[in-house]
Amino acid sequence: MTPADLAAQAADLAHQASILAQNAAGVAAIAAQNAAPAAPFVYLFSIFVLAIFVGYYVVWSVTPALHSPLMAVTNAISSVIIVGAMLATGLHGSAIAHFFGFLAVVLASINIFGGFAVTNRMLAMFKKK
Amino acid sequence: MNQSFTSFAYLVAAVLFILALRGLSHPNTSRRGNQLGIIGMVIAIGATFLHDGMSFGWALIILLGIAIGGAIGLVVAQKIKMTALPQLVAAFHSLVGLAAVFVAASALNAPQSFGIGTPHHIHIESLIEMSLGLAIGAITFTGSLIAFAKLQALMSGTPITFKGQHQLNGGIGILILLLIIAFVFSGGSFILFTLIALAALALGFLLIIPIGGADMPVVVSMLNSYSGWAASGIGFTIGNLALIVTGALVGSSGAILSYIMCKGMNRSIINVIAGGFGATGEAAVAGPGGGDKAVKIGSAEDAAFIMKNASKVIVVPGYGMAVAHAQHALREMADILKEDNVEVKYAIHPVAGRMPGHMNVLLAEASVPYDDVFELEQINNEFATADVVYVIGANDVTNPAAKTNPASPIFGMPILEVDKAKTVLFVKRSMASGYAGVDNELFFRDNTMMLFGDAKKMTEEIVMALGK
Repeated sequence: MTPADLAAQAADLAHQASILAQNAAGVAAIAAQNAAPAAPFVYLFSIFVLAIFVGYYVVWSVTPALHSPLMAVTNAISSVIIVGAMLATGLHGSAIAHFFGFLAVVLASINIFGGFAVTNRMLAMFKKK
Repeated sequence: MNQSFTSFAYLVAAVLFILALRGLSHPNTSRRGNQLGIIGMVIAIGATFLHDGMSFGWALIILLGIAIGGAIGLVVAQKIKMTALPQLVAAFHSLVGLAAVFVAASALNAPQSFGIGTPHHIHIESLIEMSLGLAIGAITFTGSLIAFAKLQALMSGTPITFKGQHQLNGGIGILILLLIIAFVFSGGSFILFTLIALAALALGFLLIIPIGGADMPVVVSMLNSYSGWAASGIGFTIGNLALIVTGALVGSSGAILSYIMCKGMNRSIINVIAGGFGATGEAAVAGPGGGDKAVKIGSAEDAAFIMKNASKVIVVPGYGMAVAHAQHALREMADILKEDNVEVKYAIHPVAGRMPGHMNVLLAEASVPYDDVFELEQINNEFATADVVYVIGANDVTNPAAKTNPASPIFGMPILEVDKAKTVLFVKRSMASGYAGVDNELFFRDNTMMLFGDAKKMTEEIVMALGK
């Protein structure tokens, strides 16, 4: 077998491999498309359930004396909903989406700043003997 | 910006939020926790600004919105009186609810912004999540508004009940579920979306009006929980990790607080939500100790004399202290007593005040050191060794009927056992019964002295008398 034959065979193999790879990519893409709607939900839902457990244990360890700051700070962090409001406002959506998004940005900001500030004010008052 | 980078930023934010709550396990670590929470929020907002497709012009407008909202929030947070905290928290909850409604409306109108489809072709599960977020958000909004109005005394704290109330609420609940199903099958009808919102707004209003003023700690906690679930619902809709995790944290936090508050009153959450407690018919169970029994009435001088000769005084504050703004006078009184080598401690019932931990914040505001303040389980054994208990603005939480009288509406409620102390000084404006509408037999006992008057004035008079 001459080096030229060998090269030709190698080229042929490479060609077949590339076709196979293309097919595989196509199959993977179809599989991904089919799986796409289901997978993220299960994935997000798992995180949600785990977060509930984390919340359960973390909140039980909060001292009762600080239950008021706890409410104020949970208020502030739940306003991370501002992320959704920002996307609605800032991406190329519809006029209505921009409008509602902007309102939600303002409301959530009141909460974020107000919530963290009032928590801070409360916590600053708790002093030892 | 790379998708996985943004997701990573949201994860970091979520972890920082968890640490913020974790910090509240002790006053020493709490301020640090709050700072971590703020950093988490900055990261989440910053990452969103770097999102693919965020236009520069709109980003400026968003910044403007943040500036407007932030300024309002900061001013309110600085100006608010600590006694008004419960209504502030209720108002904040309503804003989270309304923001959830607005974001849901945006997602319906511009689903492509959130990658959940195109207008009129939104993924089914996104529609389900969106409508749940919408419904819970709307209930949170009106419910919190009513809670705010009751706490701010814009409307009466007495429960508003009518015939068929529960059936009506149940009916609206079912209607909302049916509307959600129809909405999902319609592929995102705007009309159905609006109907869900209206029905949920009405339900939020109707759910809270029958709940009385003193049940507000449960209501505020419950709405806290709702605002979390609404945030999670929206988080699922737009596939945002930080929002889902935070919503779950807040949701479980509010649920746990509601549970603690219910336990503090020995009532089920269903019983509280059904409402009407203390509204009517309680007079019949007034039980022993009607108007004919005599009470011992004392003056500020008497109280000062007794306390000065005591070696251990336990103060039991309640909502009345908050209303009268008596916490500063109270601390002055304690300071004078401490100088005379009298041991002074504070005992807090879980449901004292109008929100969880309300009394602790008010005492802290008056510079009462937190290691002088004790929870019910910690201090209940100590009443037997106390010479004087100074009950200021509390009533039902001290009522021995909770242990002895099975016919009493508060039977089974854990109480502060102040009756075990040598002397009980009861500051009260009049002989009117407490929130639960039951007489407190403690008033008629030999070792009880009633100090009639405004909580703040009475305490100030005692301070004067002690100074003499």
